[in-house]
Amino acid sequence: MKLLVAVKRVIDYNVKVRVKADQTGVETANVKMSMNPFDEIAIEEAVRLLEAGTATEVVAVSMGVQQCQETIRTALAMGADRGIHVKTDAELQPLAVAKLLAKIVEKEAPDVVILGKQAIDDDSNQTGQMLAGLLGWSQGTFASKIELADGGANVTREVDGGLETLAIKLPAIITTDLRLNEPRYASLPNIMKAKKKPIDEMSPEDLGVDVTPRLTTLKVTEPVKRDGGVKVENVAELVDKLKNEAGVI
Amino acid sequence: MAVLVVADHDNSAIVLITLNAVTAAVAISDDVHVLVAGDNAGAAAEAASKIAGVSKVVTADSPAYGHQLAEALAPLIIGLAGNYSHILFPSNTTGKNAAPRVAALLDVAQISDVVEIVSDDTFVRPIYAGNAMATVQSSDPVKVITVRGTAFGPAAAEGGSALVESIDSAGDPGLSSFVGHELTKSERPELTAARVIISGGRGMQSSENFEIIEKVADKLGAAVGASRAAVDAGYRPNDYQVGQTGKVVAPELYIAVGISGAIQHLAGMKDSKVIVAINKDEEAPIFTIADYGLVGDLFKLVPELDAELEKQDIKPR
Repeated sequence: MKLLVAVKRVIDYNVKVRVKADQTGVETANVKMSMNPFDEIAIEEAVRLLEAGTATEVVAVSMGVQQCQETIRTALAMGADRGIHVKTDAELQPLAVAKLLAKIVEKEAPDVVILGKQAIDDDSNQTGQMLAGLLGWSQGTFASKIELADGGANVTREVDGGLETLAIKLPAIITTDLRLNEPRYASLPNIMKAKKKPIDEMSPEDLGVDVTPRLTTLKVTEPVKRDGGVKVENVAELVDKLKNEAGVI
Repeated sequence: MAVLVVADHDNSAIVLITLNAVTAAVAISDDVHVLVAGDNAGAAAEAASKIAGVSKVVTADSPAYGHQLAEALAPLIIGLAGNYSHILFPSNTTGKNAAPRVAALLDVAQISDVVEIVSDDTFVRPIYAGNAMATVQSSDPVKVITVRGTAFGPAAAEGGSALVESIDSAGDPGLSSFVGHELTKSERPELTAARVIISGGRGMQSSENFEIIEKVADKLGAAVGASRAAVDAGYRPNDYQVGQTGKVVAPELYIAVGISGAIQHLAGMKDSKVIVAINKDEEAPIFTIADYGLVGDLFKLVPELDAELEKQDIKPR
């Protein structure tokens, strides 16, 4: 079974994001970048399936600027076999990413594509579902457990009311939620080995995909700021404030 | 042109966040239709027809729609899309699962978690866990949107009298099927609809310790929530998680107990009207946004709070 995993380079989750003064976006200069945390979970799941002998090959794909190759190297160090980099400086929105991935799926013919459910930069939560739609494949989103069998998979999903299990036909798209696994740290020898693993480079033009954005960002602003209030001394004072000052109990 | 809201429901009742999506739809058009696709979902369709501001309910009944699976819903919605300028989904796990599939099949962008309708093509949405707000303009012929429930008040569940029109099902593509679910059973209010929420974090130290929080919740008629750390540690199930990638809530009162206040958690609750933080670390970031902060040992303070509420005879509203 062949697995394709999509990984995105995003601002590290620990960075306090700052909006640019000219309102065109957020500050990315000299900011630490990392692999989207949900994509780390996706790679981890794929590599575990490889180690268990369920999968035979794991291909990691990333799209965007030259530095995305660092993100692909991280995936290779975690255990993916090879990488694909769709190189472009253009802004890539989820629909364009899904179209590019659909073209790569045509070439690579994986049985399952695993993606993070959401990237922590634009918080869209769209690409996996869009790819499933474009390919006409089944989708097991927000997965906390994946059981692969011949021709199908049982995917347990984190939904609003608890957990839901679906049986989906392969080939399929699966997107990862937080409780699926705990991603490993790449060991130094594996980081060294990853440097020798191949990364194929291509462009959106090579894949014949028009990536023109459909949404124009008019401005990016700071959210309404919430100021801290007061510290209360004890529980009695807290209850008094909630009752008589805020009037919420 | 009319606007379509895709209802979330359990075949007998409408999931409440659908009402918030109707409010967003009414801000775009005065002709709001609601789609109820389900399995023997007559009761849900009737409930939808009573929502104030809805002019028509479109209903499709088929076993394929019994669990709102995206693979089955998408072709049905695509078939209707030509009649609508906007297709809105509530931004819950059902809506988030289906909306992008619909958008891709229509070859349009999807706009996630909209918190403000600026005009019929311009919307505001949070990015970077709500640390920035993006105003985006869509050039697509149909706007496919998920609506963040906390940003729009609920439409009145009663008072409307929309006509109900049945349409044919689009069939079952046979790609996926429902196997089972483990739903959390609780007598308490649903997190995203609760007036008061009390949440526990890593500081709770165990699943059993949540009992002290639950006692306070029962006095206040509150829902119980949790931070990601508490869910990852197995103290509470996944559906308790409040935060960037969990549930987004905005109750009148949010009490954070033993939660340090990572930005990912704040993203899910910072729009609450009044925030209380109880934490032993007075430097915890949660205090920078809390209206009332109480520094100390939660295992002493929470039972004290419970006793004080008892003493003052505070009852759920």
